[in-house]
Amino acid sequence: MKKYIIQSIRLTLVLLVLLCVVYPVTVAFIGKMSNGNGGGEKITKNGKTVGYALLGQSFSKPQYFWGRPSAVAYNAAGSAGSNKGPSNPDYLKEVQSRIDTLLKYNPGIKKSDIPADMVTASGSGLDPNISEQGAAIQIQRVAKARNIDEKKVKELIAMNTLKPFMGVFGPSSVNVLKLNLALDEL
Amino acid sequence: MNIELTGIIATFLLTLVIAIPLGKYLAKVFAGEKVWTDFLKPLETGIYKLSGINIKEQMNWKQQLKALLTINILWLFYGFFVLIFQDKLPFNPDGNPGMTPDLAFNTIISFVANCNLQHYSGESGVSYLTQQYVLMFLQFVSAATGIAAAVVLFKAFRDKTTTELGNFWEFFVKSITRLLLPLSFVMALILTFNGTPASYEGKDQFISLQGDTVHVSRGPAAQMIAIKHLGTNGGGYFGANSAHPFENPSYFTNMVELIAQVIIPIAMVIAFGYFIRRKKLAWTIFGVMTIGLFMLLIPMLSSELGGNPALAKMGISQTTGAMEGKEVRFGPAASAYWATVTTIISTGSVNSMHDSTMPMSGTWQLLGMMINSFYGGCGVGLLNYFIYLIVAVFISGLMVGRTPEFLGHKVEAREIKIAAIITLLSPFLILAGTAIASYIFTSHGDAAWAVQPKNWLNNPGFHGFSEMLYEMTSSNANNGSGFEGLGDNNIFWNLSTGIVIFLGRFLPIIGPVAIAGLLGAKKFIPESAGTLKTDTKTFALMTFAVILVLNALSYFPALALGPLAEYFTMLK
Repeated sequence: MKKYIIQSIRLTLVLLVLLCVVYPVTVAFIGKMSNGNGGGEKITKNGKTVGYALLGQSFSKPQYFWGRPSAVAYNAAGSAGSNKGPSNPDYLKEVQSRIDTLLKYNPGIKKSDIPADMVTASGSGLDPNISEQGAAIQIQRVAKARNIDEKKVKELIAMNTLKPFMGVFGPSSVNVLKLNLALDEL
Repeated sequence: MNIELTGIIATFLLTLVIAIPLGKYLAKVFAGEKVWTDFLKPLETGIYKLSGINIKEQMNWKQQLKALLTINILWLFYGFFVLIFQDKLPFNPDGNPGMTPDLAFNTIISFVANCNLQHYSGESGVSYLTQQYVLMFLQFVSAATGIAAAVVLFKAFRDKTTTELGNFWEFFVKSITRLLLPLSFVMALILTFNGTPASYEGKDQFISLQGDTVHVSRGPAAQMIAIKHLGTNGGGYFGANSAHPFENPSYFTNMVELIAQVIIPIAMVIAFGYFIRRKKLAWTIFGVMTIGLFMLLIPMLSSELGGNPALAKMGISQTTGAMEGKEVRFGPAASAYWATVTTIISTGSVNSMHDSTMPMSGTWQLLGMMINSFYGGCGVGLLNYFIYLIVAVFISGLMVGRTPEFLGHKVEAREIKIAAIITLLSPFLILAGTAIASYIFTSHGDAAWAVQPKNWLNNPGFHGFSEMLYEMTSSNANNGSGFEGLGDNNIFWNLSTGIVIFLGRFLPIIGPVAIAGLLGAKKFIPESAGTLKTDTKTFALMTFAVILVLNALSYFPALALGPLAEYFTMLK
């Protein structure tokens, strides 16, 4: 028994060095060559960081495309979903009020145009994307608020749409932050 | 929609392309045959030398278990104290506090047991030191423990009669050096170059486009995310686990993480067959497990792609499926596939919030964890399946009126007793645990705990009951996912699930290893016309029936009170 205890202690110490120092430090070192130097890819505008490419941001002004509802208000110091069950009455009320808000600020759209992702909170609370349909229902509002042609907005959406992986796998999505940055640059 | 299905079909096929050769490779590694990774031998020799281990020393099954338990208990003590004192230790750039003793108790058992149930949030509950030196460390060694225990079982059936089952330390170290570490290294780099942070920089801060000040948690995440999947651990670096854009940046990384968590459990099944020179048996087991996967996956896909009927009633387009708790970049199909594999295998990482999935999906998730052996966790999945096999052998033996035999060894009263105890353990822990929790929720709602019992549940009615049932099931299965709406960081849940995880981990390791050890030591009976063959389709069907009947009988009433009741209420 005593032999096993001593072997366990020594083996644990050796493995701590291998698994917790050698392995992660090597990965971190090589990772410095990646976009964002292994600290997350940043997006800068006029030399200032305005966000991370992978993290969604809160948008509520009419001239910006809005992202999905978030359970953590896009605060990236944490992350969480709403964890609301599908039949929860309070949750369904909340969804109803999101529908009402979208209908109010996007005149001209029908309820049946609204895709599910625009009225449901994401899993992380930091989802950077919306569906193409989620962007489509906001075109009119954004174009009007910015006083630009809807066609131009549509073009920008197309430019910021990520097609399915290798063209055949998974859904397509629109990166809201990149789209809004492109709008600001017009 | 179709485009999403092609994604998961491709993912599954790629999994097989990697897992099957990996299984053959593992059989050779553990048999000590020549493999291309033998250049790592000096590293292993160095580890043995520094640790004072002589791998030539043969162990019987009792010694194997003694070594296994000794080192696991050592990790419990080590991790517990580091977690409590993490605020006073270095590498804590965000200044996170030390854990309370009950939370540390839960967390350390959870990670030693390869469960990775997390009652803390990665961003605010742990320091960089504990993320790496405790949690990630345990993700490696707990997976290696499971694999090594399975290899002990392999050994018992390789030779006709034997009590010498090899050296535990050798299996354990090789699981890391020849499998987990190299694969993790490659995967961590793939993740890093696709956007996952890997550096040791602390929190960042920026001003958003609309002028909000935003703080961003970061840190060495890629290294942990690699092993969390390969080792079927599931404990995420960030609170939202693999739904977090940093943990899982794109559809591509999602495929990588999905493949990573399934390859070793499948490879272990293949390795078993090649190691004991009964390939057909391995393919039979693999067949049963794969059918099980699809029987859970297909209905889950259908309910998630169908969307939430309550939202459809409001007039919202459900063409994109149910999206609450899901990420746009994965979509409902890849999320449903993930929810299936993460529950049948004991990973428990999530890329969507299970609490918000449709009621029938919740049923399949729970059932996957209750069965816990369709592939199952690293090594332990096969051990769980072995118990079902022994029960199936016993029942078949009774049906045809012969002494039950497994691979040429008589299965007698002692082995059946152990198998019966292990079989009954899961329903006992899950159902008694849920019952106690429900009782406290209804009768002691005002208890002055960190979260008052009456505030435990994030959702009312049947779904609330499902949250408690899920927590206990996930703990017993060493899965670690959760219906995360549950207010679980308080003394009741920390202690109760800690105990359930501990028992649900170590007894189902001790049981099968003991049975294998006992069987392996018995006289070998050559196959004759009267032998019950365990690698036939008939026996596969028998095993499948045993799995279904045992689990249906044990859990149907509980499932009926939770997700099934919610499903039928929503139909109205």
